[in-house]
Amino acid sequence: MPNPFDPEVRLGCSCGAHASQADHDQSVEAMHRSVIETAVLRALFPQDAVRRRFLSAVGAGTALSAISGLFPFATLEAMAQDKKPPEKKDLKIGFIPITCASPLIMADPLGFYREQGLNVQLIKTAGWALIRDKMLNKEHDASHFLSPMPLAISMGLGSAQQPMRVATVQNINGQAITLHVKHKDKRDPKQWKGFKFAVPFEYSMHNFLLRYYVAEHGLDPDTDIQIRVTPPPEMVANLRAGNIDGFLGPDPFNQRAVYDESGFIHMLSKEIWDGHPCCAFGVPDAMIKEAPNTFAALYRAVLTAARMARDPKNRSLIAKVIAPPNYLNQPETVIEQVLTGKYADGLGNVKNVPDRADFDPFPWHSMAVWILTQMKRWGYVKGDVNYKQIAEQVFLVTDARKYMAQLDMKAPAASYAKFKVMGKEFDPAQPEKYLGSFKVRKSA
Amino acid sequence: MKLESLKAGALSLVFLAVFLGIWHLATLPKAEIQGAADEYAKLMGKGAKKSDGFPTLGQMGEAFATHISDPFYDRGSNDKGIGIQLGHSLGRVALGYLIACLIAVPLGFLIGMSPLLYRALNPFIQVLKPISPLAWMPLALYTIKDSGISGIFVIFICSVWPLLINTAFGVASVRRDWLNVAKTLEVKPLRKAFAVILPAAAPTILTGARISIGIAWLVIVAAEMLVGGTGIGYFVWNEWNNLNLTNVIFAILVIGVVGMLLDFLIAKLQQAVTYVE
Repeated sequence: MPNPFDPEVRLGCSCGAHASQADHDQSVEAMHRSVIETAVLRALFPQDAVRRRFLSAVGAGTALSAISGLFPFATLEAMAQDKKPPEKKDLKIGFIPITCASPLIMADPLGFYREQGLNVQLIKTAGWALIRDKMLNKEHDASHFLSPMPLAISMGLGSAQQPMRVATVQNINGQAITLHVKHKDKRDPKQWKGFKFAVPFEYSMHNFLLRYYVAEHGLDPDTDIQIRVTPPPEMVANLRAGNIDGFLGPDPFNQRAVYDESGFIHMLSKEIWDGHPCCAFGVPDAMIKEAPNTFAALYRAVLTAARMARDPKNRSLIAKVIAPPNYLNQPETVIEQVLTGKYADGLGNVKNVPDRADFDPFPWHSMAVWILTQMKRWGYVKGDVNYKQIAEQVFLVTDARKYMAQLDMKAPAASYAKFKVMGKEFDPAQPEKYLGSFKVRKSA
Repeated sequence: MKLESLKAGALSLVFLAVFLGIWHLATLPKAEIQGAADEYAKLMGKGAKKSDGFPTLGQMGEAFATHISDPFYDRGSNDKGIGIQLGHSLGRVALGYLIACLIAVPLGFLIGMSPLLYRALNPFIQVLKPISPLAWMPLALYTIKDSGISGIFVIFICSVWPLLINTAFGVASVRRDWLNVAKTLEVKPLRKAFAVILPAAAPTILTGARISIGIAWLVIVAAEMLVGGTGIGYFVWNEWNNLNLTNVIFAILVIGVVGMLLDFLIAKLQQAVTYVE
């Protein structure tokens, strides 16, 4: 163990012995594995001398592969670590009534929390600021978040600093730019000068995507248009009243604006960045340390729901389950159009986009790095940003892999990937260079 | 006299009838294009019952019937009957209001009896009084770290000022003669406070109480819309999210009726302590 009072020592992880939390997790996993392997070899060779003779005769590698053929080490490992009863059973989870939260909402009526021995109370919350406050106050045990929020809270931006973690991404795609019906002929963003747009929160993908989109069309989002924060449920009412010209908001409110004939869908967010994360399922770091079994149970419940939500066959059922007043409180047809991707666009067309919304839970580190570049681009964070360190601390890729493996879900082997936003490639290895390539950005 | 009130009652009914008549005419169903077979129209919810738009009288009646016939249902933590929601709101108001009374009345007594204290505290009261109670909300959330208690705090802070000022004023303007009589009879201070000043100032104090309860009831709706969770304000917010005007109007009427009953209650109390000089 390092001496924590030594000024030269870096305390990168929770025990202090590793450079980063990711290294720590890896070595803890390795330790679990070696304990299990030792136990198995002891059982096979009760006399230590026999074991040593056997190993030196056939070689350690051969022995391992021969024995792992007989013993499923990975399964044993999973069994050894998990399925312990949760330390805390009664949990409060906050959510905003939007389709992004489908997995975490449907897990309640479909019994996925109960299956894991948890008694979860879902609390409908009035806005993102309140979600943040109630998490910081520990009124909620876990929460539906916008994926930039745990990054911001962990960095102490716009709130008191508290380590917050992203266990899974809740959903990818599934947002849209909706404009007031009176702007039907203004489809070119260059005509949007002076428009008022609503986004759900400053630290939201919606804010960053809208800024990115208008900036690519030559508008400065800070001076040419007005962006105001409005809780998603109030967006349609504001659009209808003409308080705003449009919004980049979460569904079902884009579809609801169409349904109420006050707006039309200008474009889906997937056309800006196909596969972008939106909301996240977050927990405070303290919970992972204090109640690891509760955390594991919660993880499994939410992943089970995500797995079900990914299958297009289940989407109509999910729409039915989350539509009632206790959850989204919206007409079922509106939610069904969002989830199935067969929808009316408000301009008289029926569109069919099956991947309008999807629920891939894997928390890519590259997503976090992109979010951080945009936070820096628009002046939400100043000075040097250690992109990789923050991303790896907040987005729990190792845990996601572990629990996805337990549920036989396929998780990618890499934690970083290149992707394209409006045709422009993002390389997570070179965030500063990417940031430097933008002409429109907030001048420091 | 009896004739007068009969006339007034009849006139009220006429006003109501005219109001409902205008409502009915204004919300007559427009001749809708019956093209529901078209797929686009179907996705837009044409032909089906839509909850948006201004409700007709029939829809309002239906909403009244469903809510009042089952006021205490509980379908999960975010969907409770109107009775339960009202209960939560009234509970918050009662608690905040009670704390305000416990603090404002004794403090008002002190301020009223001591002209020095009155002048010393007056600037603070004058600054704090006009602050919108909701402006306290972010501060309360940040420091108290509990949204439920923050709601109660907001009720407390809005009802404390009228009570405090009226109590102080009532106590300060007790007739000199009565105090002098008490002095000549050498009444002990405590007895003087309870036997002379309190009954004399009671009508003014209760006027403050009446103003306070009105404000508290106004504020609870806004506070609950902000904090969410439970209560009649949350109910309005939740229905507004769904643009369900029928339920919103229903809730508005309920808020009005409950507010009137609260006012009526304090007014009765006030009548009981009023005296003729």
